Parts: sequence; C-alpha cells; structure tokens
Amino acid sequence: MAMSGVEIFKLLPKTNCKKCGFPTCLAFAMKLAQRQADISACPDVSEAAKATLGEASAPPIRGIKLGLGDKAAKMGEENVMFRHEKKFVNPCVIALNVADTDDVAARAKDVASSEIDRVGQKLRVDAISIEFKSGAAAQYEAAVKAAADNAPESAIILNCADAAVADAAAKAIAARKPMLYGADASNVDAMATVAKAHGLILGLKADGIEALIALVARAKAAGVEDIVLDPGAKNAREIVELNTQIRRSALKKGEKALGYPVLGNCVREDSMVEANIAAVAVAKYASIVLVSAVERWKNLALFTLRQNIYTDPQVPMQVPQKVYKIGEPSAEAPLMITTNFSLTYFIVAGEVENSKVPSRLAVMDCEGLSVLTAWAAGKFTANKIAQFVSEWEEFKEVANKELIIPGQVAILSGALEDKLPGWKITVGPREANGLPVFLKSRAA
Amino acid sequence: MAYTIPVENMSGKVQEMTLGTAGRAVAVGGGTTLPFHTFEGVKSHRPVIAIEIQDVPPADWPDEVRAQYDAVSGDAVTWAKHCQDTLKADAIALRLTGTHPDRENRSVEDAVATIKAVLDAIEVPLIILGSNHVEKDSKVLVAAAEAASGRNCVIGKAQEANYKTIVAAALAHNHKLIAMSELDINLAKQLNILITQMGFDTARVLTDPMCSALGYGLEYTYSVMERIRLAALAQNDATMQPPIIGDVGMYVWKIKEVSAAEADVPAWGALAERGVAWESVTATALSMAGANMLIMRHPKAVDAVRKTLDELC
Repeated sequence: MAMSGVEIFKLLPKTNCKKCGFPTCLAFAMKLAQRQADISACPDVSEAAKATLGEASAPPIRGIKLGLGDKAAKMGEENVMFRHEKKFVNPCVIALNVADTDDVAARAKDVASSEIDRVGQKLRVDAISIEFKSGAAAQYEAAVKAAADNAPESAIILNCADAAVADAAAKAIAARKPMLYGADASNVDAMATVAKAHGLILGLKADGIEALIALVARAKAAGVEDIVLDPGAKNAREIVELNTQIRRSALKKGEKALGYPVLGNCVREDSMVEANIAAVAVAKYASIVLVSAVERWKNLALFTLRQNIYTDPQVPMQVPQKVYKIGEPSAEAPLMITTNFSLTYFIVAGEVENSKVPSRLAVMDCEGLSVLTAWAAGKFTANKIAQFVSEWEEFKEVANKELIIPGQVAILSGALEDKLPGWKITVGPREANGLPVFLKSRAA
Repeated sequence: MAYTIPVENMSGKVQEMTLGTAGRAVAVGGGTTLPFHTFEGVKSHRPVIAIEIQDVPPADWPDEVRAQYDAVSGDAVTWAKHCQDTLKADAIALRLTGTHPDRENRSVEDAVATIKAVLDAIEVPLIILGSNHVEKDSKVLVAAAEAASGRNCVIGKAQEANYKTIVAAALAHNHKLIAMSELDINLAKQLNILITQMGFDTARVLTDPMCSALGYGLEYTYSVMERIRLAALAQNDATMQPPIIGDVGMYVWKIKEVSAAEADVPAWGALAERGVAWESVTATALSMAGANMLIMRHPKAVDAVRKTLDELC
C-alpha cells in the first residue's frame, strides 16, 4: 500500500542535510509520497528503510514489457479507475489470435503491415497469439516460427496449455521472448517452470478471481514475476465486472496478487460484434485485447478508441501546425485560420469538408488551446498570427491574399490588417457549423 | 483467504422514466450502479436504441447510410414504419432537419403535419428533435409538443438559449425533455437546475451532454458522461440523475472515416464495414460511459450494438 508523507518521514534520518535537493526531510518525504522523487537521492537512509519504502513505492499494478526493441509495448502501471482522474498510462495491446491450423504466415503478414498513422501517432496491432489447436507439437512449432518470421517486429504470445509443446515452441523462438498464455489449475506448475526457464511472461487463466489468486500464488512460488491475468470472462458483462473488480482490488485494497495486467478475450464469430466487445475491453481495463481478425477497418476503429481512452485528460490533443488542404484548392481558394486544438481542427475541417468548397485551413500552434481560450491566453493574437502568416512557407502559394478569421476573434481584424500589409482580413462565422453556408454563399 | 469482491455501495440512483404509451412503452434509466455492474446493486434498464429518421430525404447523409433507406426515406411515414416493423426499433427519433432556415426551411405547419402522420403510423415511442437552429426550434418544438399531446414523447433539444419556451411546451403537453449542453458537466448541471426552476420535474429530463464521434472528441463526451453518472450515484446529486442520451448517428455520419473511399485511403480498409464500425464502436463506448439511450442511423450498426448489449445486460 502507498505510504503517506508523514509515514515516510518517520523512516528518514531527519537531519535536514539538503543532500537530496530538498530543503527538509519532510519536504523530501512529501515528494516521495507523490512519487515525484526517488529514495536513492538520500545518501544516509538505512537499508531497512529503503526496503520498506521500495515495497511501498512499487506501482500497485506491475509494469511489464511485451515484445522487444522500440516496438515493445509496456503494460500495467495504471493508477486510477476513471480516465478523467488521471491519464491511463500504458495503452492496451491489440493481439490477433490465430490457430496453428490456420494460414499463420498470411495472418502474421497482416499484423506486420497493420501500422496506421493517426494524428501523428503510429498505431499497430502489437502482437500475434498462436493457439495450439492441431494437437501436433511439430505443427505448432512450425506455426510459431512462421509467425515469428512473418511478423518480425511483433510480440508473440504462445496460446498453449500443453507445457511440453509450449516449451519446444519457446525454445524455437527463444530470442523473441514470447509470452506464454494458457496456465490454469491443471498445468500451472509445469507452465511456470517453462516460463521461469526462458524468462517469459506467464498468462494465467482461471474461472473467476478467487481461482486466479490461487494460481498467482503458485506461479510466484515457482519464481515467476511477470504475470498476466485472464479471469475467464464468458461475456462482455463479465469483462466489465471482473476487470473492474481486479483493478479496484489492486488499487484500493492493495491486493498484490491482482496487481498485474489483465487479458481480455474478445474473440467472436461476427467481426462487427467482435469490434464492439474489444471496445468494451479497451474501455474497461484490459491490457491485452485478443481478437480473431484484424481487418483494416476494425483496426482503425479500435486504434482510434484506444487513443481516445488513453489520452491525457489534462493535456489537450494537438494537430501539427501547417496549412491543411481540404479538397483540391486552387491558388484562389478560401483560406481560413484556426488553432491547433485537435477538437477545434476536427470540427472546423469537418464543416469545411461538408461545404464541399475546396479550401485551405491554416492551423496555428497555440499549445492545443481552442480559439477563445488561446486568444485569452495571448497565444492567438494579431502579432502572433501576423508572424505565422508572413513567415510560414505554405502561405506563399496562396494567390488570394485574404485570410478568414474565426468570428469569435473578430476583434483582431483591424490590428491584423495593420500588421499584414497587402492582406484582406475577413471575419468568418462565430461557430464552425456556420461555415458551409458561409463558404457556399461566397462561392456562389 | 477467501476473496472479497470490492463492492462500492452508491447512495444515489438514476431516474427511471417511461416513454410512449400502452403496449409499446419503453423504460429508460433507473438503477443504482455504474453501467453493467450487476454485482453491487440494481442495474439500469438496457440502453434503448432509437433509430433516426428525418422529415426530408437524407440527401446530406453519406452514401453508406443513405442507401440503406433509399426505398423508404422519400416520406417520413414510410420510413418510420420501416424502422418500427422491419428494423424492430425500440423507439424512433424524428429529426426535423427540413425546418432549418438553411435547409428546406419547412414551416411549423408542415412539421406538425409530419409529426401527426408519423404518430398515426407507429406505436413505439417517438423522439422529436429540432434542426438545432435555436430560434426556429423554439417555434417548431412548441408546435410539435402540442401536436404530439397525449403520446408521452421526448422533445428536444432544449439548450441554454431557448429552453424556456420548449420546457413550457413539454410541461403543458406532458412530454419528456432533452436538455443539451456543450461538453461540460457544470453546464449540464446548470441547465438541469434552470429547467427544474420552471417547475419541470427532473424525473422527466434526459441529459444530452453533447455527443462526439470516435476520434473526434469522443474522449470528452465519454468522460463527461462518466462524471455525470458518478455524481448521480456516488454523490447522490439529484440534478445529475436524469438518464443520459447519446445522439450518436448525427455526429458519426459526417466525418471523413465514414465516407472516404478505400481507393483513396487503402490503410483504412473497406468503407462499408468502416462506417458501420465507427457508429457501433462509438455507441458501445458511450454505453460503457453511462448512456441510457442512443440515437443511431445504420441498421447494421444498430444490430451489432444490440448483440453487444445482449452480452452486457
């Protein structure tokens, strides 16, 4: 359990020596409690106190890396139940489950080519899970190798409950550090031995939380540290309920046995329903979302949802500063300007698109603030707009030197005309939904 | 040691209301828990899906969804009956898009005639939505409330700028009311307070905290809904206890992802499924955040959300 600042203070030397960089031991203790400082900054603290603090400062949900290199996905380390309280930290992994009887090489290629760029972030299916269905160890090993070869940068999950078969497959692709998934009450000791031998993450599968806690104890006793939990949800409601209970127990009750990332099996026959069940798991605390098909349309929807859910609620989403072309604008097409708050951009760009009038939309970096807020904060002023317009290369290709400004900052038009000689400043509508009529009537 | 389920007993509840009349009435809201938590209290009614129709043919809808209704959308009555009888809609949402001054600018009388004809043709509850033109809506919706008198409809949307006339009309003709504010829990609360100060019972209000499509601000709608639900339950804040409505279809079916051809953006995959998935994932996410009623457009998206709710409820 997390300790309070005062509890931590009692363990410190209380010398106020300032070597940690803080004026007093109490100030340092408060920073430690908020996890804004590290105990190693104190040169005089006792080893015993360090151990106590280390345990208390361990995150309530263990952080585990799935996969290797810069495409590895960090899981766990979540601190809250609701995204408005504080950012959800590590976006969930989307994993494709494929049977070893399926065309594994082709599916692995789908995973390897799944990357999509959205609002400046590169998003992809992070992992491929190979399910042991054939009953033949050699076929499984070949399938696992085919997955490893054809998805060379993806994380690999061995979805296999036969410890001997899993062991052989793990050996065959040992360098890829696959995750082992499929340990249950019947095989957990043998599976834990395999995981321990190769240093792998072990996925535990049980029917309900109590049975899961018992499995965690056995896996830990065998020396496995990196654990993923599958509480065996049989439908979407159980995904919500069991995942909520696990996170609450880990965060609010300090239940160490449940302080691990959770896997949600969302495999369904109907791919559209599968997308929805995966959406439930993305929203409700799964760290690995297992699906049976990764069509591009589904990936785009799920990546976007994951991005929305894991966005920092305190930091507005931003789009890059540039002059965006909507449709195929000629040099004379209307030119509008707005701020780079992503919501502002999306709404304005959407309405311009609705108007079907090819246009340019200049988006100015205002640190992600909306128009009125940016104006009030002095980031969307006549000076700054004039500087952007006169210095930014893309304005040079505009023949028609007319700039349409948002109606909410109509007050800037006079000052802008002074600062941008040769430009005509036009005041646009106050709300984005006025743009289609505004643009159409100008075009007519 | 036996595991103890970490139950959080909430002191508040979501208002429960009934829409429509007689055999086809539908219950909305209710319950004392966060969405779909059956382990710690009484769950809410299953979210109600209303299928959207318009008083004018939906020429402005993207092809993927417009084509679903080409055979029936020429007139609102045929369209409404199709939604009720063929698509088995729980409720129908009639949006009076054609009354907007920038659209067909249909008159109040024309709108009233459409409403009466649709009500004569259907038995399921009707939600009557304006065109989101503040001044025109306050005229159209007042007449709409009178035309629908006795049918226990939902009238909307009342916004800060026009709520007084619309509230008075809903009050006089005994309808339910959608109160819409813009993505801010405090504005939502304030509007509900203003409405109750007019003598309108909160038990008859539905809160619309403003919808957003997946990828276009969904995280804001999601968190505002979640916070409203927490305020209703954990803090027992009566002004936050009305059921929540998500006007999903309108926000989804105008973005790039539901109309861009696969040839132009191969990385986005097949357009037919992409549009449906966009609406259905948006609706699913909002039902996780606390939406008690969803207004949707595409029949396949409605179908996928129904199957998801079958698992959730």
